[in-house]
This record gives sequence, C-alpha cells and structure tokens, in this order.
Amino acid sequence: MRKFVGIVLFAVLLIPIASHAGEVPKMDFDRFETYLHKKNDTTYVINFWATWCKPCVKEMPVFETVYEKYRNQKVKIILVSLDLPNQLESKVIPFIKKRNLKPEVLLLDDPDANAWINKVDPRWSGAIPATVVYNHKQDFRKFHEGKITLKELETYLNQN
Amino acid sequence: MLIAVLIVAAFMANAGGGYDVGDKASDFKLKNIDGTWVSLSDYDDAKGFIVIFTCNHCPYSKAYEERIIDINNEYEDKGYPVIAINPNDPDLYPEDSFENMKKRAEEKGFTFPYLFDAKQEVYPKYGAKRTPHVFLLDKKQDGDLIVEYIGAIDDNYSDASKVEKTYVTDAVDALLKGKKPETTHTKAIGCTIKHK
Repeated sequence: MRKFVGIVLFAVLLIPIASHAGEVPKMDFDRFETYLHKKNDTTYVINFWATWCKPCVKEMPVFETVYEKYRNQKVKIILVSLDLPNQLESKVIPFIKKRNLKPEVLLLDDPDANAWINKVDPRWSGAIPATVVYNHKQDFRKFHEGKITLKELETYLNQN
Repeated sequence: MLIAVLIVAAFMANAGGGYDVGDKASDFKLKNIDGTWVSLSDYDDAKGFIVIFTCNHCPYSKAYEERIIDINNEYEDKGYPVIAINPNDPDLYPEDSFENMKKRAEEKGFTFPYLFDAKQEVYPKYGAKRTPHVFLLDKKQDGDLIVEYIGAIDDNYSDASKVEKTYVTDAVDALLKGKKPETTHTKAIGCTIKHK
C-alpha cells in the first residue's frame, strides 16, 4: 500500500514537470481566441514570440521572472509561439526544454494573419514580440508592441 | 485659426509616423548591392513601384524571397518594378550587413535592386514596422508617387501553394486597369525592424 501511494505521489509530482515541454498544443486562431477573452478575475499575460526572434528570446527572462514572482497570485502567462508549425519538434520544444521554460506555451498555426491580427489588438502592426495584458473582472486591457521590460510589465500587473 | 487647425491636423496625421494610403511618398537615394545609388526618379518609364522593406535574417522575409522574385519578374515589365530595402541596423543583426545583402542576393538570384537604408531614415518616413512590409506606389501624371496599398504580400507566408489572396499583385493588377485596389491595408506577422 505504501509503495502504491508512493508511486501515485511520484506520478502526480511528475505531471507538472512533464506537461510543458512535452505538449505544446497547435491551434488556429478560432481556437486560440478564447485565451484573449477569459471571463474571470485572473490577469492574463499573453506574449507573441518565436524562437528565431532575437528580441523575443531576449525578453523571455521577463516572463520567467514574473511567472516565479506571481505564481501564488492570479496571474497567468501564455507564450504564443509563431514559429513555423513544422518547427515545433525541431525548434520550439528543444527551446523549452533547454531553458526549462515554465509558463504555458502554445503554437498559433494560422498563416492568414491579416484575418486575426486586429482581433488581438487593432494597434498591432504584426511585428513581434508583442504582449497583451488583461483582466476581465477589472476591465483592464493593455497592448504592448516590441520588447517589454520587467518594470513595464509589473506596472501593468500592479494597475489592477 | 483655420491655418492652426490645418497644421494640427497635418501634424496628427503624421503623429503615428509613416504614410497612409493616399499619401505622397518621397523619393530616396540608397546604395544598391551593386554599388550604385538608386532613386525612384531614376526610373523614367515606371508606372509605379512595389517597395518592399525586407532583410536577410528574418524567417518571414526568407519565406517570401522566391515570391518577391516572381512578382518582380512579372511586374517589372508591366511598369511596376520591385524595390527591396533592408532597413535593419547590422550592428544588431550582422546577418543584415551590406556584405551579407550582396551574398544573399547572389545566392537567391534577386532580379531587383536590394538597397540598404544605412542611415535608417527611409523606413520611418514610410512607416515600415516589420519585415517584409510592402508599400505600393503609383506614379501619377504629375509625377507624384501616391501610396495605394500598404501591407502583406499575400495571406500565407508559410506555404506559397496555399495562398488564396495575393494582396500585392491584386493591387497592382487593379492599378494596371486604371482602378483603385480593392484591399488597401493588410497586416502580417513579421520581424521588428532593428534599430538602436
């Protein structure tokens, strides 16, 4: 019995470690759009990036820091990769593993960007990185194109 | 009072930086990969220009190289040549240096000028935000170059065979028929333009 509990406990502990690097869901914009409009009291930080985008990779520590610092608060970070879908296995997953990247990652696979960029934010030119911060309950929404600093992101987080 | 309002309005129109459709585009003089200096006024016979801000390193730019060559091959003879401009600061991206531009153009067999915005003065004037970013200019009877389309090349960067909307060539085709392009603005994901 004790052995069984031990195995279950071990398995439960293993799940959160294995969950990110192993599974990066690919989705089109229709499916992704729900992430932009979660109607609860959590603050969502949604960052559009790609492994080949140098400024995106450079700003990654900002999201890693915020992830650690706010992990006990209602703050959720979602890293939306715009890498080519066929580079998920060869580029995105190795990047996540190598960095031990903790926040949730998904791959937005929807090449007709003209159809959805304005739905993310009309101010977005389409250049990455770009970040949306919102909290439905607080009626708070910010859009930031280009690299974001930890200070800027925390200002947004502390505004609501 | 009226003048003040007009000045404010003119200022506000430019507040975001860059051109909108209908604006008059200015000429430039930039160095081409063959060492010559290129201005739009050099092209007496052109009916307009497909100005594309692009670069070497950006995967979205790379994905479009073949298509840009195809567009130039089809539309240069019809009076709308492609003018490619690299707006990036090579100190930040050595792959986008002038030497590497020459190499890339040779490897890929560019059939159009590939100019270097070394002082980074042209792209902000146009309002290019990413690579690739297209500004279609139409030469009017008085010689003015008017912006007729701003945006993406087509609706599928990742797979040329799955393209459904060929935004740029549709816009040029409209101009060739003496019409206004139906779609005048599109957006696309792209690499930010690198500046210090």
